[in-house]
Amino acid sequence: MSGILSNTGMHAIIWKAFTQTLYMVFWSTFFSVIIGFIPAIILTLTAPDGLKPNKIVYEILSFIVNVFRSFPFIILLVILIPFTRMVVGKSIGTTASIVPLTVSAIPYIARVFETSLRETNPGVIEAARSFGASNFQILMRVYVKESIPRMLNGIVLLVISLVGYSAMAGTVGGGGVGDIAIRYGYQQYKTDYLIVCSIILIIFVQLIQMLGNHMYKKMS
Amino acid sequence: MIRIDSVKKTFGKTEVLKDISIDIEDGEIFGIIGQSGAGKSTLLRCINGLESYDGGLITVNKNPVHIDDKKNLRRIQKKMGMIFQGFNLLERLDVYQNVALPMKFWGIPTNTPEAKEKILKLISLVGLEEKVHAKPRELSGGQKQRVAIARALVLNPEILLCDEATSALDPEITKGILALLQKINKEMGITIVVVTHQMEVVKQICQRVAFLSQGKVLAVGKPEQLFVWPKEREIRDFLREESDKLPSTGVNLKLFFFGEGNQRPIVTQMSQELHTDFNICWAKLEDFREDVYGSLVLNMDEKDLERACAFLDSKDVTWEVIPR
Repeated sequence: MSGILSNTGMHAIIWKAFTQTLYMVFWSTFFSVIIGFIPAIILTLTAPDGLKPNKIVYEILSFIVNVFRSFPFIILLVILIPFTRMVVGKSIGTTASIVPLTVSAIPYIARVFETSLRETNPGVIEAARSFGASNFQILMRVYVKESIPRMLNGIVLLVISLVGYSAMAGTVGGGGVGDIAIRYGYQQYKTDYLIVCSIILIIFVQLIQMLGNHMYKKMS
Repeated sequence: MIRIDSVKKTFGKTEVLKDISIDIEDGEIFGIIGQSGAGKSTLLRCINGLESYDGGLITVNKNPVHIDDKKNLRRIQKKMGMIFQGFNLLERLDVYQNVALPMKFWGIPTNTPEAKEKILKLISLVGLEEKVHAKPRELSGGQKQRVAIARALVLNPEILLCDEATSALDPEITKGILALLQKINKEMGITIVVVTHQMEVVKQICQRVAFLSQGKVLAVGKPEQLFVWPKEREIRDFLREESDKLPSTGVNLKLFFFGEGNQRPIVTQMSQELHTDFNICWAKLEDFREDVYGSLVLNMDEKDLERACAFLDSKDVTWEVIPR
């Protein structure tokens, strides 16, 4: 094979993989942030220093979150195959891999959001209470409002680790840049693929982080 | 009027408030002072319904404060603004939005011309016209407390509760904040309850004061009555008064000067008239609001005591023999 021919092939392959990565990461971030917000709120409310402390609810939910977080992603991927089929109608492909990515991201983002929310200055919450704010108002206007920059930081971390996890999605035919790096670069000894894929991922992660930092500064 | 009637509170096994009764009149600046851990902040938080109490009753304008009656409690809280040691502003809101926040909690629109005018008026009352759109992190401690004061006034309260509001500020800034509180009291007729461990605060603005010690009210009265001539051991200890530095021989006699008494040369007159010398071993001048109060300790021989006392009585000077 001549170098030029393999290079045009490489462009197409990697570009397609990159769009797949974007697709997987975007949608799994989107769904996990929306769904993960709910347990985060419940954890914040029922925590010992929360507005409605409830040890039983907090401990149970916290346990569930920990269980899901301790699953190795590759195992979760396999265990969830029936569930994935139920949700998207198939268990293989880029869209199908969004399901396990989302499921693994939910407990992660729930914990990150919980930590962000609970870092809210208790004095500010007390001040709001002293003005007669309801718990719901305190939750939305104080906890969430004050925590947005921290939660945004958490989302940036999530996106970056989802880029990593999406490489494993190759196992269920998810595709993506990481998958190309493994299949072409590692398994077929095509070092040029390995290098290009790595550089793309490095730049991508850097860009996400820079964007995140910029937004954090703007919002806080 | 705030009536605190035999209020008790325990945290676990510790009794924080033991049978506290205080009446706070409308329009006064009332101080609650004591060592840390005396229960003064807890008491203030009970008045506002941030904390429940276990016995007795607190009423605000005859309305009982009960933490379980949420609807009624909210109504009472609307009438009470509160400021804190840590200022407690929302970091992501600017000065204007922070001041407007309590209105949002009450569903009062904040973008009408009247609301805007009111918020800006309060911001200029506390002297921050230039900082309307600054974020809290761009402000100094004193400025942050000014924002908190404006915020506490935005719902037109009748009462302003101050929880160690100047404890995190340096003396010069504290004076400014206290002057502002006085102005608010005088011009807006707002009752102010000040919890503090700083004597300066009580001396500068409080018309009446309660001294709390270990969850009990030790004394209530005008600051000058309580602190110029403290009878209670705990209050003396709190003020770190002269007791342990005085000579151990002879008699120690303490003289008190109020108002014009400060302008008379009593000690030198007494010395000349009685033909004796006295050792002046301790003296203090204190400002209480607008008045100056002085106290002075003389050390003398036991034999001169009776004559000295007779002389002081003839000049209408209050005195006391300091017991060993």
